[in-house]
Order: sequence, then structure tokens, then C-alpha cells
Amino acid sequence: MAGRFFPHEDRGLEKKIYWFFGIIVTGLALLLLRAWNLQVVNEDYYLNLSENNRLRLVETPPPRGRIYDRNGALLVNNIPSFNLYLVRGDIPDREALVNRLAHYSKIDVDRVLEKLEKEKGDPYRPMKIKEDLSMWEVAQIEGHGLELPGVKVEAEFKRHAISGMLAAHLLGYVGEINQRQRGSEKYKDIKPGTIIGQSGIEQNYDAILQGVPGEKRIEVDALGHERQVVHERLPSRGDDIFLSLDLKVQKAAEAALAMRPGAIVALDPRNGEVLAMVSHPAFDPNVLSTGASSEAWKALLDDKYRPLTNRVIQGLYPPGSTFKIVVGTAVLETKKASANHEIECRGFIRFGKRNFRDWKIGGHGKVNLHRSLVESCDIYYYEMGLELGVDIIAAYSRLFGLGALTGIDLPFEKAGLIPTKAWKKKAFKDQWYPGETLSVAIGQGFVTTTPLQLATMVSVVAAEGMWYTPHLLLKRRDDKTGQITEIPAPPGRRVPVSPAALKVIKKALAGVVSEKKGTAVKSQSKLVSIAGKTGTSQVVGRAANSEIEEDLPESLRDHAWFVAFAPVDAPTIAVAVLVENGGHGGATAAPLATRIIEAYFDQNESASPVETQVAAPL
Amino acid sequence: MRVDTRMISGFDRFLFVVLFLILGIGVLSIYSVTSEAGGASLQGTALYLKQINWIVLGWLVFLVMAWIDYREMARFAYPIYLVTVLTLALVPVLGRTGMGAKRWLTLGSFSFQPSELAKIGILFALAKYFSDNGPKKGLNLGQLLLGSGILIIPALFILKQPDLGTALSVSSIFLSMVFILGLRSRFLIYFSLISAMVSPFVGQFFWNNLKDYQKKRIFTFMNPAEDPTGTGYQIIQSKIAIGSGGFFGKGLFGGTQSQLKFLPERHTDFIFSVFAEQWGFLGVLVLFILFFLVILWGIEVASQSKDLLGSLIAVGIVGLFSFYFFVNVGMTLGVMPVVGVPLPLVSYGGSAMVTTLGMLGLLLNIKVRRMIR
Repeated sequence: MAGRFFPHEDRGLEKKIYWFFGIIVTGLALLLLRAWNLQVVNEDYYLNLSENNRLRLVETPPPRGRIYDRNGALLVNNIPSFNLYLVRGDIPDREALVNRLAHYSKIDVDRVLEKLEKEKGDPYRPMKIKEDLSMWEVAQIEGHGLELPGVKVEAEFKRHAISGMLAAHLLGYVGEINQRQRGSEKYKDIKPGTIIGQSGIEQNYDAILQGVPGEKRIEVDALGHERQVVHERLPSRGDDIFLSLDLKVQKAAEAALAMRPGAIVALDPRNGEVLAMVSHPAFDPNVLSTGASSEAWKALLDDKYRPLTNRVIQGLYPPGSTFKIVVGTAVLETKKASANHEIECRGFIRFGKRNFRDWKIGGHGKVNLHRSLVESCDIYYYEMGLELGVDIIAAYSRLFGLGALTGIDLPFEKAGLIPTKAWKKKAFKDQWYPGETLSVAIGQGFVTTTPLQLATMVSVVAAEGMWYTPHLLLKRRDDKTGQITEIPAPPGRRVPVSPAALKVIKKALAGVVSEKKGTAVKSQSKLVSIAGKTGTSQVVGRAANSEIEEDLPESLRDHAWFVAFAPVDAPTIAVAVLVENGGHGGATAAPLATRIIEAYFDQNESASPVETQVAAPL
Repeated sequence: MRVDTRMISGFDRFLFVVLFLILGIGVLSIYSVTSEAGGASLQGTALYLKQINWIVLGWLVFLVMAWIDYREMARFAYPIYLVTVLTLALVPVLGRTGMGAKRWLTLGSFSFQPSELAKIGILFALAKYFSDNGPKKGLNLGQLLLGSGILIIPALFILKQPDLGTALSVSSIFLSMVFILGLRSRFLIYFSLISAMVSPFVGQFFWNNLKDYQKKRIFTFMNPAEDPTGTGYQIIQSKIAIGSGGFFGKGLFGGTQSQLKFLPERHTDFIFSVFAEQWGFLGVLVLFILFFLVILWGIEVASQSKDLLGSLIAVGIVGLFSFYFFVNVGMTLGVMPVVGVPLPLVSYGGSAMVTTLGMLGLLLNIKVRRMIR
């Protein structure tokens, strides 16, 4: 290394480079001093903090978004609740602890122990054991804190349906994500312990309502009890949603059906918006949302009236005579008979070796299409059904939205069944017998539909040929900005049926309520003109027309149907009413529909400001 | 101009050992925190292997940067600089967004951060400008302003991405060079007076350009107890990890990663905390010595360079390298704000690894050509 030369000595460059080096070395020394301070001087302090795992990150659940009806009436919100948590990592002896805890709070010891045993994840994640503690329980647990390591009570929120069981199936309930859901693709980003919607709107729009969890970094003592909050990031509430539901119509429908098992759904036939949806018996979502006991669950699941089923979208019933709307349309469209064509109804027809009877002993006499709907003559449809054949009936049923999911924004909808020859071959490996067509023609036999499907069916007549997907979500409101986003309605489709045919049907449906011989004449309203169709569908398993209705045990009595819309000229509401084992549709179901329709129009009058129609004469 | 192995001194050879030790520490630390039991293992295995791939690529770049005469490279200083500014300008238009910031450009299947290229571009442009124009008695106002212009154009683009850490770190290149060139004394007085008056406005401008999270980080540094975002908690966790390591450390897998799992960037920005917990003050001391040796070598290169260009490049590199070390280690020790810069040669990350090794290659380049005319 001969003769180093420094060409920039004249600039004093080298000197400055050494100064530069000096500054860096000083910096290194200072940092090293800092490390010495942390690692050697304060080692014990930090070691203590780390070994006892005293600083923890706890997730704080976000309040869910609120649910409103179309007019902004609050349906579901959140109210404060004290919840009980256990931290596995802080519990020295699980069995002893849970038994001790049972002195102060009503808990199921075995179930809690099983839950603790099953969880294999992070031992310091607090696990929720019980919701909605009473003040007495809170006081007991907090007061005996020293005997209860790893037990904590958090002040949080619980889901609260304002009107309890009102629209319970539609709104749904919430609950902790379960093992099965945790394994599924849909919930793969959701952490264990998260509260998610478990049915109804709560489930379908969980992503909107969910919100973002907050975080709390806490320092705990040796018993795992919180000593201080080091830092907290508050959770952010989920977005609010506005449903098409109309609380006043819903209340009228709930009251109308009262204690009877059955279903009611009301739609706006102009766009498919659901105005009311009732399924009875119902459950109390406020009980299920706060973690019902296993006995309570068992009782609900074993109840023969199946209170957890949303009959509107999951209940499958033969449509009975309401199905004549479809068959009647098919008759006109296929020109098997003109609107004026008459048949002779003598109260029965003989087919094969059997007599098929009309509901009216002695028959209706001369019957055309109009009368066949107004008086609900079965013989007309037996004859026309044979003319049409089952496959044509099926094709028209599908045009009216039967036999397929409507696509409503609720989970677990059922499609029902519209039989065809091909279906029978596939399902039973047997041919279709013409006698079966007779049953199908009056909405019996294999035909099953949901009340919602029948509401869309009658809406097609009301809307003069338009079929709209029934839906509930109208708007969402961003929780931070308050900005409201309208959700575009699903598009409707035009049913390829001539307006002339629908006009005939519509006129006949109006006659059902307005004409003297109409099956629902007793349900006329002074307030508004109503059109509709009654139905009385036989419970499966009972021999046709074998006994007198009133003598039967309740569970075998007929289901009562009424599908309707109003006002006749420019319908704004369509209703389907089903009363299980209610007997005759005209007597049982139709009056309920009228009550709901009247409530709807009554409200429309009071809700809109009174307009001055005539200019003041001054 | 021939280069042969005799031009590589004993210290240079020793330095390779030092670099390999630092790189080894990095890979080991990444391995230890990303291969823990649980879901992270699959990804974790890939991470330390990926880092090794990046190191291999980095050494290739090192060789290239050492081979071509730096004076030849400097001839293209301004074109390189222009390309740098252009690619930076393209990022907001064509860039790929990752972790809330637009920093990447993609060419086919290859994506890179133009801000890394900017470090080289600024380094060469400043060194070339100052060595061509640098007067013996220090910089005058015009030279200082033009030099800072060369810095500020790309720095603003980087700040906009937003990448506060890189924007600040490229400034360290400029400041290091200005420091060794000096300012004319009379001018210095005026300048400090003027800048004292102007700085609040400039500060305001920069503050307004910071993203909320960057502002919060600086707030947090001022007052970690009142922390709105949780960065204060990261610092507390980092201090617990480092402090609990004690003098001898807890061993490779003995660190309570249950602590560190609250650090989202434990294999990148907080890798030093991981290392310090595992190997204690003794390990920290060794790491400091290794980095000291690298810096010492850079200083030797700077002082022995036969021309001003070489000295300036070397000083710029040493300044940048030290800046990264101070800001990163200072952050984990809780004495610097959390600005999110990596620990050079140790933190996980491909672009920074390649750039750092490339710059070290440049140092060797200057070193071996100190005797060539």
C-alpha cells in the first residue's frame, strides 16, 4: 500500500469526512447506551412485563347497524349489556373456577367446561360465556374478583328487536359464529367469537350491518383482571339499513293473524317491495340473540308448530283454488275455451272409476270462466285441466313464478313444486295418470307453493303482466358520513301473457269480493275496492271429501287461503294470507286480508298531508 | 483500466465476512419469527427462502456495480436521474397499490419500487453536480439551491406515494454531501437567518402533505401515552421485547413471540426487536460492531478516493446507510418516530436488499480504483 495520497487535502475534505464519521460514531454510541439502559438497567421491569403477558390486545365487538322500516321507524337497535368472559390462559383450575363462578351467576357448568375444552386457539382470547348479566350477578362477580382469576365482565351491546316477536322471521337473530360456519368459505375472514347474523335480514345483510371491531390494549394483573387501558381504538358501528317493510301494515298483519299458525305477506305489486311479512308462531329474537339456553333451543326445535320456520318463504302448501288464477289464464291463452264458453256443473264429474266432486253439493249450474273464479267452481277446472294437460298447466305456473325461488333477499327460501310428466317419471319412475291432472287443476295433489309465491302470482294480475322479484332492502346509511345510498330494485320481467286475458281474470277476481255469489263477498271494504281469490287446500294425508270439516281434529282441517290486491283499478298492495287448518278461505283468510289492506290505506291517508283540492272561492 | 484482485485489500476481504454475518443474522431472525407454529408457517418458510433469493440477486448487482468504473457510470448521471424522475412520475398513474400506498411499478411479471432507483439516481446526480461545480471554499447559494432542487423533485414524488421514510432517507444523501463540502462562511450566516424565517412555512407545507397516519406517527412519538392509532403500543411492545432480552437474550426460539405478534411488521421494520430479544445486549453489541465496521469501511473509501466524485458518492452511501440504521434501531428503542424504514441488510424486503448491496458494490468500486489514473 505505497504512498496514499489525498488529493483533496486543500479542501479540508478529509478532515470533514472524519468529522462526519465522528457524528455517526456518536450516534451509534448513544443508541447502544439506550439498548444498555433497556436491556441491562431495566431488564427486570421489562422481563416482568413480558413473562406475565401483562399487556394484551383485546378485540372489542362493534355495535351492529340499525334496521329501520321504510318510513324510518326503528325496528332493531342495540342496548347495553353486561357480558361474562373467561380467559383460559389465566385460569389455573378450570373445574374449580367454573364451579365457584356458578355460585355468583346462573351458568351451565358442564356446558361452559365443554366450551373451554373445545377451544384450541389463543389462550388469551376472552371467550364469551354468558350475555346480559343481571346487576346482581355483576355485583357478585366483581365483588368476588379475588376468587375468580380469568373471569371478566365487559360492558357491551346486545341486539335488541324493539317490538320483540314482530317480524321475527324476517329480521332474524344474531349469535356467535359457530364451528360449522367457521369452516366455511363465506366466513373465512371472520374471527372466532364474532357475533354474526344467524337468520333473516340479520344474516342476509350481515356484511353491511357487521361493522369493524375495535381494539383495546390493556394491562392486566396476575389474576388476569384489567388494571388499566393502555390504549383503545373504538369499534366502528355497521351501516344502518332501511327495509321496504311498513311497520303499520306489519302490525296490522301481526294482529290479524294473532295466535293462529299461518303466514301473511304483503307486496307492492308495482315493484315487488315487501310491505309486511308475518309467520306464526314466531320466536323471540331477543332471547335467541343473547344466547338462549340449550333447553330453550330444544323446546323451539321440538315444537310441532315449528316456530323457527318462516312460513312465508319456507312453508310449502297446496295453493288450492287460488291456483285457478293460473289455470284460468292458461285456458284463455291456449284458447281451449273462450271467456264466454259455458260448462254444466252438476256438483261432480265421473272420471275413470271415481267421482270428482265440487265443493258445493248440487253444483253451480251453467258456469263460464268468470263465474268459475267468482264462485270457485271445481268442475270447470277438472274439465279444463283435462283439456290442457299437466305440462301446459306447469308451463303457465312457471310464468307466474311458481315452482321456483322468487329470489327474495332472505336466506333459506324454498322453491315448492309444480309437477310435470317428466318430473313424475324421474321422481317416482312412474307415468302420469290423467286423474292426477284433475287434482293439479284445482291446486291440489303434488302442487306445493309458498305464500310468497302466491303473493307474486296475484301481483302479476294486479300489475297487468309484470313480475317483480320480492325484496326488502331499500337503502343503507353509511355510519360515518351519514350518506344514504339507495339500493337499486331488482328488475322486473314481463310475463308473456296477453293483457286481454289478464283483464278477464282481473275482473273475475274483483267479482270474488264484489258480486253477490262471490266466495269472499263478506270481506268487502267500505274504504277501498278489493280483488282476490279464495282457496281451501286439503291437508295431505286426508281422504278427499271424506268427512264433514267441523268434525275433524284441528290438525287435519283444511288450510285457508286468500290472495288479493287493492284498489282494483290501480293496485298498490297485494296480499297473500294463509291460515293453517283454518277451514274455508273465504270465511277465515279473506277477512284478515281486508283488515291489512284497510290498515294500509288508512295509513296512507293519515300519512300524507291533506291537499286542498279546490281553490278557495275568494 | 484494469482491475485485479490485488487491488482488494485485507480489510475488503474482512468486510465480506462482516456482510455475510449481518445477512445471516437477518435470515435467521426472519426464519425465527415467521416459522412459528400455526397458520403462518407455510408463508413463513417461503419468506426466509425468498429473502435468500433476494440476497443472491443482490450480490449479482453488487458485482455489476463494483465492476463498471464509477466514473463511466457518472457520465450517465443526468440521464439516469431523468429516467428516475419519469418513473416516479408514472407511479401515481400506473402504479400498483400495496398496503395503502402506491409504490410499485410492474413490468411484465417483474415489479419494482422506483423509489429504490431514485436513491441511485439522486446519489449520482448530486455527486456529479457537486464534483463538477464544487468550489474549494464551499458551496454558494446557487449551488446549494440547484443541489437541493435535484433532491426535492424526486423526494416530493416519493412523499406523495406516500413513503415518508424513503423521502427522508434520500435527503440524508444530500445532507451528507453538503456537510463535507461545507458552505461559504458569509453565506452560511445569511442562509441560516433566512431558513430560520422560512422554515415554519416549509414545515407547514410538508405537514399538509403528510398522510394522516404519518402525522399520527409523529404525534405518537411526541407523546406515546396518548396514542390514537396504536403505534405507541408497537413501541411499547418493541421496548418490552428488547428490554426483556436482558444481557444474554432468550435464545433463537426463546423469545416470547406472543409479545411480538402484536407487531404487524415484526419481520420487516421491527426485526431488530426480534433479534435483541433473542440475543440480548451481547447480540446487540455484536450487531453494532458489525455495522460500525461497514461504516468505517465506507469512510475509508471516501477518504481514500482519488477524486471528489468518488468521495461524494461514498459519503452519500455512508450517510444513507447510517440514516437507515439510526432511524430503524432508534424507532425500535423508542427514541425515534415510527417512520417505517427497514434495517439495511437485515429486514425482509427485496428492493431494499438489492439497492443496499448494489451501493456497497459501488463503494468497493471506488475503493479498488483509488490508484488507477
